[in-house]
Amino acid sequence: MSIVTVENVHKRFGQNEVLKGVSLRVERGQVVALLGRSGSGKSTLLRCLNGLEVIDSGRIEVAGHEMSYEPARLRALREDVGIVFQSYNLFPHLSVAENIMLAPGLVKRVDKAANRRLAEQVLERIGLLDKIDEYPDSLSGGQQQRVAIARALAMEPRVMLFDEVTSALDPELTEEVLEVIEQLARDGMTMMLVTHEMNFARRVASTVVFMNEGTIWETGEPEAMFSNPKTSEFKAFTQRNVK
Amino acid sequence: MAFDLQFAPILAHTPALLDAFWLTLKLSFGAVFLGCALGLLASTARIMLPRYSRWLVDLYVETIRNTPLLVQLYIIFFALPVVGIRLSAVYAGLLALTINLGAYSTEIFRAGIESIHRSQIEAGMSLSLTRWQVFMHIMLKPAVARIWPSLVSQIILTMLGSSICSFISVQEISGEAYTIQSLTYRSFEIYIVASLMYLALSLLLKGMLTVLGHYLFTPRRQRRTWWPAGTAQKRISS
Amino acid sequence: MIRPFGMQEFLFLIESAGWTLLLTLIASILGGVLALGLAIARVSVHIVLKEVARLYISVIQGIPVLMVLFLSYYGLAQAGLDLPPVIAASVALSIYASAYLGDIWRGAIQSVHRQQWEASASLALTRMQQYRYVILPQSVKIALPPTVGFLVQLVKNTSIVSIVSVIELTRAGQLVNNVTFEPFKVFIIVALIYLAICYPMSRASRYLEGKSRVYRNG
Repeated sequence: MSIVTVENVHKRFGQNEVLKGVSLRVERGQVVALLGRSGSGKSTLLRCLNGLEVIDSGRIEVAGHEMSYEPARLRALREDVGIVFQSYNLFPHLSVAENIMLAPGLVKRVDKAANRRLAEQVLERIGLLDKIDEYPDSLSGGQQQRVAIARALAMEPRVMLFDEVTSALDPELTEEVLEVIEQLARDGMTMMLVTHEMNFARRVASTVVFMNEGTIWETGEPEAMFSNPKTSEFKAFTQRNVK
Repeated sequence: MAFDLQFAPILAHTPALLDAFWLTLKLSFGAVFLGCALGLLASTARIMLPRYSRWLVDLYVETIRNTPLLVQLYIIFFALPVVGIRLSAVYAGLLALTINLGAYSTEIFRAGIESIHRSQIEAGMSLSLTRWQVFMHIMLKPAVARIWPSLVSQIILTMLGSSICSFISVQEISGEAYTIQSLTYRSFEIYIVASLMYLALSLLLKGMLTVLGHYLFTPRRQRRTWWPAGTAQKRISS
Repeated sequence: MIRPFGMQEFLFLIESAGWTLLLTLIASILGGVLALGLAIARVSVHIVLKEVARLYISVIQGIPVLMVLFLSYYGLAQAGLDLPPVIAASVALSIYASAYLGDIWRGAIQSVHRQQWEASASLALTRMQQYRYVILPQSVKIALPPTVGFLVQLVKNTSIVSIVSVIELTRAGQLVNNVTFEPFKVFIIVALIYLAICYPMSRASRYLEGKSRVYRNG
């Protein structure tokens, strides 16, 4: 059974139809890179997967949860789906430790000692244990983004979503974040990434999905797709975006 | 807990109420024009004045903003006669409201002017405009456009503040309401009527000023209607 | 019998200023509690709650404080409750404060970035948990300067209750003036006492505003 199932999903913003019948399956352990021009619907699709955007028709199932917008069921789904945003969205009034411990403490009712240990473990995993009691405003962009990843990981999700997580970072800081993501992939986490990092997608992804004008235009294994693009749109896209 | 409301006795006083409404309007408009003019003058002066005399304007602003309007009114009406300046109640009220709005609008205009980025001024100067031209065309209009909502709020507060004049027996809405109440003993009813009149005025004033702002500050090209109706923008999604 | 303005009169003014401060305190506490409810109602998803709060705030903000006072005073009398003027004045000032503070705090809650809502929702927090741990703490920092600014307005507006014979600072000034016939001296001193109370608060508000502008969200 696929861990993510998307069936014929439609989504419009006002008069503008952004997703025009998207269908997709993701298996456990797969790393899916979602590529496309702005306006192609890739970020919207990602945000539909944890309910931040409401679909107009179609079906979504993630980590065994049927997508439902009823609050309690949506929260249950969100316990198993982690998301990392382009602008990190750390809670500025809380320290790194508190950012990470907040949800496990409130939602999973983890006790304080175990929670702290969990936070230390996950920070160690991304290499920022020494910043555990710092506040977000004293961290660089790359560090904040890694903390955001740790915060999502602390909930022990079964699927991780990454929404253009390096787009807001300076090139020097992008590397450290990509390293963390690559390590997560090696550890077997099921991931979907919306990204502009072509080389990274080519190297780390197990599947590439190219979206155009609200539908999935082309999909396949990265090496095959990049060296032999089947559609002219994808070919043009790769030529424009290879650094 | 029985509410026994009778509005009929009040209806007999409708002409007086209408006169009071008119007086409130006159007081408000007078105070708004004079007060805004004073504010514009003071905020401009503050920028043009050398650094060591700016505190004069600041003194005026801080004193007025940190003392009650009622006390300012009492000083004008009761204390000034001692030095020979004897004003009628209505003119004392007008003066108090003007000076009050003057202080608040000085602060509001100042915030607007200071929000104009230095680069705008430099661009103007580089085009060899005079200081005065830069001020009028590059600073003033965008500044006022930016602070228009704050100014509108303050104007409405000034109109509501005219109720203070009833304390020195001016027969504007509140003053007239007090008189009618002492004649009919229908206190709750008259103050409901008076409140409704103020509400109507607030809504009217806010509406008119918002339309005025839209008319003054939205460039003709962008404007589709002469009332505020949002400029057309396509939603960009990713 | 006319008395000269002396120490006794001055002390009477100071004592009445105490009542001014007490009224301000009561109104800010009672009004504040109500304001918090109003602010949350204003941003809630329940349409009825939202509109009732909006109506309440719009009405109170659309009439002079004097009207709020008279409606409270005479309204309560009509309802059969014969309360001492101080209580009616406190009720009126609390209602006035609740509307303005509610509006300010609503604005502060709405100023917290939408992304903070998204991030906390994505971590499976309930709406209540979102408010308590993520949104409200951040809106407090935003709300502080205008709240202190409003408290200055509140102190000044306590002068209105002089009309129902509550002996706060302005009424005390009137009484002293009636006895000494030195309006200049009396009202200038009254003004100075208000200045002494309000100016530090205004400065504090401006200081807090400067601080919060440097505050950056991640």
